[in-house]
Amino acid sequence: MNFKFEVEGGDFTNAGTASSQVKKMMKQLGVDAAIIKRTVVALYEAEVNIVAHAYRGDIFVDIDESGIYIKLVDEGPGIPDIDQAMIKGYSTASPKVREMGFGAGMGLPNIKANTDVLNVFSEVGKGTTVEISNLFQKE
Amino acid sequence: MTLQEIITHVSGTVVAGDPTIYPTIDCAFASDLMSDVLTITTDKRIMLITGLANLQTIRTCEMSDIKIILFARGKKATEEMIELAEEDDMVLIETPHSLYKVSGILYNAGLLPVY
Repeated sequence: MNFKFEVEGGDFTNAGTASSQVKKMMKQLGVDAAIIKRTVVALYEAEVNIVAHAYRGDIFVDIDESGIYIKLVDEGPGIPDIDQAMIKGYSTASPKVREMGFGAGMGLPNIKANTDVLNVFSEVGKGTTVEISNLFQKE
Repeated sequence: MTLQEIITHVSGTVVAGDPTIYPTIDCAFASDLMSDVLTITTDKRIMLITGLANLQTIRTCEMSDIKIILFARGKKATEEMIELAEEDDMVLIETPHSLYKVSGILYNAGLLPVY
């Protein structure tokens, strides 16, 4: 099954809507509760990152019997140094983002902690693509 | 600890949800930083104590499987927050006490921390 969600930068009222929908879908499919939690925590962190840092973005979700494969593609300033962004505590978030309870430099490390696969690609001035996957059955 | 005991200890007011759905709580976590809440890994039934009252507080708890939120220092849940919380069968409680005070009261009464 394939789904697509659109995310608007700066729209904190609707931030988390896509993650909420994905959680409901995974529940309906009977996916293990621990895998659902890991997936939606990672997806929510990534969705909030689009709202916090980008102008807009698309989330592509593919679920099959083997796992869930998500790609988040945003149009935004991009990340100049991905290795630095992966360090706990490093953040370029605005005061508004921090008022919402985020921007502590914990997002990308927490996405990594909650996913089997994480890939981050970014081009400064164009945007960032984040790929996250969780397998339903471990080998 | 029972949810009813918690409500009594903190002079709490239930503003959303049915507290009888969750008769007991295993432990609590106090934070205004949702990034911290999202790092919690436990299967126990948790209550979040926070002074951050916005829609992302509710979303964070939805993703983290946290069903009970105690808003401290007189923070009020908005209608939008209540609506979103009720969609996910959450219970929202408000207390006039500070985060430090309610945490101290509940810890003294035997409610365990997450870690």
